[in-house]
Amino acid sequence: MSTGKFPTARLLRCYALEGKYEFLRLLRTHSFVLPSLLFPAMFYLLFGVVLGARRGGGELQAYLLATYGIFGVMGVALFGFGVTIAIERERGFLTLKRALPMPPGALLFAKLAMAMIFATIISLILATLAATLAGVLLDPAQWLLLFAVNVLGVVPFAAIGLCIGTLVSGQAAPAIVNLVYLPMSFLSGLWMPLSVLPDAIGRFAPVWPSYHLGRISLAVLGQEDSGGVPGHVAVLLATTLGCFLLARRQLANAEQVGPG
Amino acid sequence: MNISHAAVTAELRGVGKRYGRQTALDGVDLVLRAGELTALLGPNGAGKSTAVGLLLGLLQADSGVATLFGRSPHALSSRRRSGVMLQSAGIPDASKVGELLEVTRSYYADPCSMAECASTAGLEGLLDRRYGRLSGGQQRRVQFALAICGRPRVLFLDEPTTGLDIESRQGLWRAIRTRVEQGCAVMLTTHYLEEAEALADRVVVLNRGRVVAFGSVGEIRAHVAQRRIRCISHLSAEHVAAWPEVRHASLESGRLQIVVDSAEGVVRRLLAEDAELGELEVQRAGLAEAFIELTREAA
Repeated sequence: MSTGKFPTARLLRCYALEGKYEFLRLLRTHSFVLPSLLFPAMFYLLFGVVLGARRGGGELQAYLLATYGIFGVMGVALFGFGVTIAIERERGFLTLKRALPMPPGALLFAKLAMAMIFATIISLILATLAATLAGVLLDPAQWLLLFAVNVLGVVPFAAIGLCIGTLVSGQAAPAIVNLVYLPMSFLSGLWMPLSVLPDAIGRFAPVWPSYHLGRISLAVLGQEDSGGVPGHVAVLLATTLGCFLLARRQLANAEQVGPG
Repeated sequence: MNISHAAVTAELRGVGKRYGRQTALDGVDLVLRAGELTALLGPNGAGKSTAVGLLLGLLQADSGVATLFGRSPHALSSRRRSGVMLQSAGIPDASKVGELLEVTRSYYADPCSMAECASTAGLEGLLDRRYGRLSGGQQRRVQFALAICGRPRVLFLDEPTTGLDIESRQGLWRAIRTRVEQGCAVMLTTHYLEEAEALADRVVVLNRGRVVAFGSVGEIRAHVAQRRIRCISHLSAEHVAAWPEVRHASLESGRLQIVVDSAEGVVRRLLAEDAELGELEVQRAGLAEAFIELTREAA
């Protein structure tokens, strides 16, 4: 018979299964997979490989490898949290999960694992394109660090997505996420270097969390002063914490409205 | 009359709950016992979902106490012994049935095997299908499988047979009865009074956040002592309505319909006054009539 004791191995299995099936579910959802995986690769091919070929040196190709990686990671984190949470909250799936004896935090863990797996896939696709077609040359340590920044970079955007998902309806969520995602990535110099954009955009860029994550990746490539990294990390941690707390308050308030 | 002393598995004691200015529950007492099915009935907005939400730990009571296995329903250890089927599950379309079952089984210490879950809920051959591609009835059966997969000692079923055809509904009823026989405490909310009549050991009627009646199906029915007499007669409704034991009389599609407190005297007088009276029927009030009467009285 069931007692109060629940073995740790069984508990870990809950988290692993949640993560695995959340990933497989989104892998089957074309409206999520196609834009998340294709857009960063397509944009990199267009701006980094086709248009970048006219400029020598490989600096632009490396810059865009870093920034389209961040662009891709933002996409999976914002959509993977923002849209799914909004829909699951609205349709009552979150309520069912809360009523079931799901271990604490398993749902957030599952979504974070899912987004990190997608971030890994995007990193591998971009690295392959960069190394083969764009002729980007990096040290093994740089490849690994770039990969680590991408995977960990999921966290702040997952928190922003979570926040959006708790605020807006399931139907509005994709549009709202796009309204945050696309302008923010453009204005923080992820689509093309800030140096080729008007000065005003460059001056305002530090407002966006994506700017700070982008700068960390560029520091890995030596295109940015690495002395600024702790500051960028601090901004991203503050964003994560702020959004997470706001989302938690939203969810707690939603409980008080309750059923009829 | 089955006042039992089986173990209390879940309880609301003097529970009050408000949403802003609106009172959802007002001093509600409710007990679920092992091996008994309690049907919670009431019109929309009576507080049924709130009562279920409190026992599931989804909501916090403003006053009074909600307990599950003697502890707070929020405690994971209490919830590991309960199963739940909510009115709207909102399960993602792209999840496969087998995946949903495997994840939910992993939450419990001693779950049923996949095969056992599938056969109990009638999901054979559906484990590899995506949830969104199932019919409404199949989706309800998946939700039932998720509710029972952990061998729960208490089972909450919120409108479980909505949208099911007769055959699936009776299949689900059989599965629910089996759980009750095995000692599970079941709480059922339903709009189908025949469902409560078929399954319930005890009935609790809620109206406007208060318990207006509780007892066995028979006891609830007895709240309405009235009988309904129908016949074809040349006597006018107005004439019969003036008789002392008659509460109400009317002519409906050629038949005289008479509502009385006690049938015998009225039937005797009807036969005496109209020798050609035909197609005489006397009916006892069902749960449906009792329910309407109870919720009307309290309103």
